[in-house]
Formats: sequence, structure tokens, C-alpha cells
Amino acid sequence: MGEKYLMKGNEALGEAAIIAGCDAYFGYPITPQNELTAYMSKRMLEEGRVFVQSESEVAAINMVFGAAGAGKRAMTSSSSPGISLKQEGISYLAGAQLPAVIVNVMRGGPGLGNISPAQGDYYQATRGGGNGDYRLIVFAPNSVQEMADDVMDAFYLADKYRMPSMVMADGMLGQMMEPVQFKDPKSKKDLPAKDWALTGAKGRPRNIVRSLMLGGTGLYEHNEVLRKVYAEVEANEIRYEELETADADLTLVAYGSASRACIGAVRYLRAAGKKVGLIRPRVIWPYPYKALEKQAEKSKKFLVVEMNLGQMVDDVRIGVAGKAPVEFFGYAGGWIPTVKEVVDRVNQML
Amino acid sequence: MKTVYKKPESMTSATTIYCPGCHHGIAHRLIAEVIDELGIADRAIGIAPVGCAALAYDYFNIDFSETPHGRAPAVATGLKLTQPDRVVFTYQGDGDLASIGAAEILHLANRGFNITTIFINNAIYGMTGGQMAPTTLEGQKTTTTPFGRDLQIHGHPMKVSEILSQTAGVAYIARGAVYDPKHVMETKKMIKKAFQNQIDGKGFSMVEILSTCPTNWGLSPLDAVEWLKKNMEPFYPLGVKKDIDQEQ
Repeated sequence: MGEKYLMKGNEALGEAAIIAGCDAYFGYPITPQNELTAYMSKRMLEEGRVFVQSESEVAAINMVFGAAGAGKRAMTSSSSPGISLKQEGISYLAGAQLPAVIVNVMRGGPGLGNISPAQGDYYQATRGGGNGDYRLIVFAPNSVQEMADDVMDAFYLADKYRMPSMVMADGMLGQMMEPVQFKDPKSKKDLPAKDWALTGAKGRPRNIVRSLMLGGTGLYEHNEVLRKVYAEVEANEIRYEELETADADLTLVAYGSASRACIGAVRYLRAAGKKVGLIRPRVIWPYPYKALEKQAEKSKKFLVVEMNLGQMVDDVRIGVAGKAPVEFFGYAGGWIPTVKEVVDRVNQML
Repeated sequence: MKTVYKKPESMTSATTIYCPGCHHGIAHRLIAEVIDELGIADRAIGIAPVGCAALAYDYFNIDFSETPHGRAPAVATGLKLTQPDRVVFTYQGDGDLASIGAAEILHLANRGFNITTIFINNAIYGMTGGQMAPTTLEGQKTTTTPFGRDLQIHGHPMKVSEILSQTAGVAYIARGAVYDPKHVMETKKMIKKAFQNQIDGKGFSMVEILSTCPTNWGLSPLDAVEWLKKNMEPFYPLGVKKDIDQEQ
């Protein structure tokens, strides 16, 4: 841990990526993540690393594909409509088993939507978005500190499992300033060697990076390899936090900016003697279904709070599996929940 | 016994999927010969397109990447900028490069990055069954221009090499053909220069190769060559379009 800085979330994402050893960054302008691209345009050149402002988000993710194929740590960032454009490349990264980090600083949708914070891309991030059966490890930070921590972990886990990972923040987290301390980068010594990288076939047989598996049973077998990788990620990388859940009659479930209001609501309601707790997924794929299943044994009700029309609530219902009612509270298009709104809604349910 | 002709070291022994009379195989061989002659097989990285040459990585005995349709210039950018001492080239057809990947190739050329592109122009989409390409000629029948390409309906055939030659970052652009030994030798020289330019750090270089697609043109291999000479060559003139060495 180094010095404590006061930084914008978007800039903390950039500095954390640089500390994590990001070799190449490719980006295209879109609000509300522009500070990240601007930060990288300066710092990456200062560090003697690669920065390109690409001609499109489509080009940016494919530049990432090239840099990742070279065995380098590569990152791109965008916001919701731009992330939609990257889905083709993300699917290819997953198919070709290339590690890379994608940052989504979410804004309102659908379509061009607006530039207000939102969480409307949960399905896209956790269910695919691009074609085919694939997964991303998706981090859901709720502070500038967590944004920095998650970028570093995203690079590490991408390399560990040879798959793309995503840090999914939103416009509020990207734009706000908070204190942040950058961790030391994790050692790469336990990571698998990138002996598949395209570095020129000097002294070894040629390498091929591809997702195309025409003919025979190649694609079937490749998908079984991916299934195994994803099962390992599900076994090892579930991350969530619990707040006052031990005796909670009502359990809130929220991530990202929405969880900040929920933390405030739990504290307020506890002070008023009400047994309310919070489960906060830190990673939204793989999802902490078991934690919810366990909580459903003691909690009578669940309330999911999201800045969308109800997406993660599906995962909560899978976890709770009908053992308790699961209600949803959320709006899309620029709504950020306040502590009071969450408290009022909880009081209606108690 | 004296060996007078053999497979380049940079080619594998795989049998290609290309149709009889298709020019992809000749283009592949010329690239492999150039890679051998320049001694760069251990630092060359190829990028295959989407289209008939999607499986090009099976035929070259060097590191190779696939790429989404049209995105080879972007993938090449990522590979090259992170490894400037490697020799990176894209191999793209007319649908891949001139249609879906038009933005990527234009910006790569304009940035002038040290990357080599081999552009196969056969005036049609081959892999998907003969649809109109950006380079399909006026009046040419394809599965999506059953009455022939009508300029009012389908727009004009695109002269990619001429367009890209206008961008400042380009070091070298030339158009060749491979339908007879003379043109094979000339085109090989173009390809060699396009790779040498990258090694010398001169900037973006591209060779367009006019090629046949007998299957989708509905012609025999020999008739296809005649069709190319009679129809494609007048509209897409062979020769050097830009060469910064000649301008100096």
C-alpha cells in the first residue's frame, strides 16, 4: 500500500491498470468514462507503453485482441452503448481464450440513452452479450478504492483463467472523487506461462490464436474446455460481502452504486431496532447463489435494489429458490437510490 | 537428383480448401517464398481474415491469428505495437477489407503503422456463395445482383488501392495479378517490397492482388483468367499506386 490519493474513479481505474502492468490500452471517446482514456493517453506514454485512440469501439476491442494475442496485458474501456459495440470482440476473446480487461462505466439505456449512472448492462455482462456460450469474470465495485482494487484483480484472474474479465462500474463511481490507496501488484509467478502467445515461432512450433473450429469434433471439445474453466472460476472466485445478515428478517441485495444507499439504509434501520441486512455481490459472475440460498433459511424476505428495471433480481431468485419472497425496487434512466427511499421501501415490507 | 522446385519452408503440408483455379494458393505461396527469402519466419505473425482464407493459418508454418470479419488491421495494430520488432501482416479479401473492415483499413493506412497488408480482390464474396462485394464490377452478376450490378441500385465498385494511396501514412501500395508467370514474378516483387518496407520501418504497405473466383463467377479456371483480364484489369489497373521511395 502506498500513499493515499484523492482521485476520480475513472482515473483510479487507469492508475491501477498501470500498476497492474497493463502493456497496452485502446479506447474511444464516450461519456462518462472519458477521464480514463485521457488519463491513459498521458500516463501510458510516460511509461513507454502502448496507447491508441481507436477509430471505433469495435477497433479498440480488436486491438486488445491483438495485444492479448501477443501475450501482453491489454485493456479497453467504454460506457454502455460502446460496450455493446465491443461484444463481437469480447466473444472472440472468450473463444480464443485470450485474457484481457474490459471496463464498463455504465450509463442509461437502451440505445443512446443518457449519460446518467445506471446498471442496465447486468444481463449483457453476466449472460453473454456476444454470441456463443461464454462467460466473463465481472467485478462490481461500489467505491473508487474498489475500482482500483478490482482492475488489478481483473488482470490477474484474466491471466489465471485465460479469459476476458470486466470491471463494471457506473457513471457515478466514474465521476466521483474519493480517497484511494493503490495495492502493490500481485506477483505473476503463480500464473500459467503464456506459451500460446504469438511472438514469432522462434525455436518452437508455430502458435495459432483462434476461435474457429470447423469440422470434426473440435468445437465440441473446445466448448468442453471452456465449461471446465468456467466451473473452476465458479468454484474459486465467488466474492460477496455480508452486512448484518446473521439475524436479518429482511435481506437487501445490491451491488455497485445502488449498494451504497443500501448500506446507509441498513445502518439507519438497525439504529431503529429493525433486523435488516445486506448481501453485496462483489463479483456478479460467478454469482454467490449459495450465500443467498443459506440466507433464505433465516431471512423471511428479500429486497433487491438496482438502477434498472430488474436484472440481478433473477439471480437472487435463483439463489433463494422460492424459499422466501423476493421483491424488486428500481428504476432506470438516471435514478440513483437514496437512503431514505430504500428505508421507506423496507418499512413498507416489514 | 537436383531439386528445381519445392514447397517454401514457411508453408505447411496441409491441403488447401481452395477451389480449382482459385488464386489464393498462388498468393499464399508468394508470401511464403518472400518470408523464406527475407529470413523472417521466426518473427513473422500473420492475421487471417473471415472468408475463404479464414483457414490461412493452416497453410503457413508461422505464428497466426484469426480475427473477426474485417478487423485484421486492428488486431495487427495490437500485435505490432506491443512487439515492434516482429513482422506483422494481414491477409484479407475484398468483403473483409473493403466492406465490413473499411474503417479499420483506412485508419491503419492513415496512421501509417509498420504493418503489411495483402489484399485479395476477386470482385465477389467467395465463402458465402458469391454475393456482391464492394469491388464487384458494373453489370457483374452475383447471387445478390441477379440482374447485374446496377450503379443506381448497388453503388459503384470501389478502387481501394487508389483511395488508400491518398492517405499520408502509406509508404507503398501496388496492385498485381497472378494469372501468368510474368505477373506472378512482378507481384512477388511487390510483396517482397511490402514486407521489406516494414522491416525498414517505412510505414504501411499494401499489395492488392486481382484474383479469380471460378466457382462463384461460374467459369472454368481458364475462362476466369480471361474474364479477369478483360473486365477487372481495365477497371483496376495494375502497377504501383504509391511509393514514397519514388517520390523522394
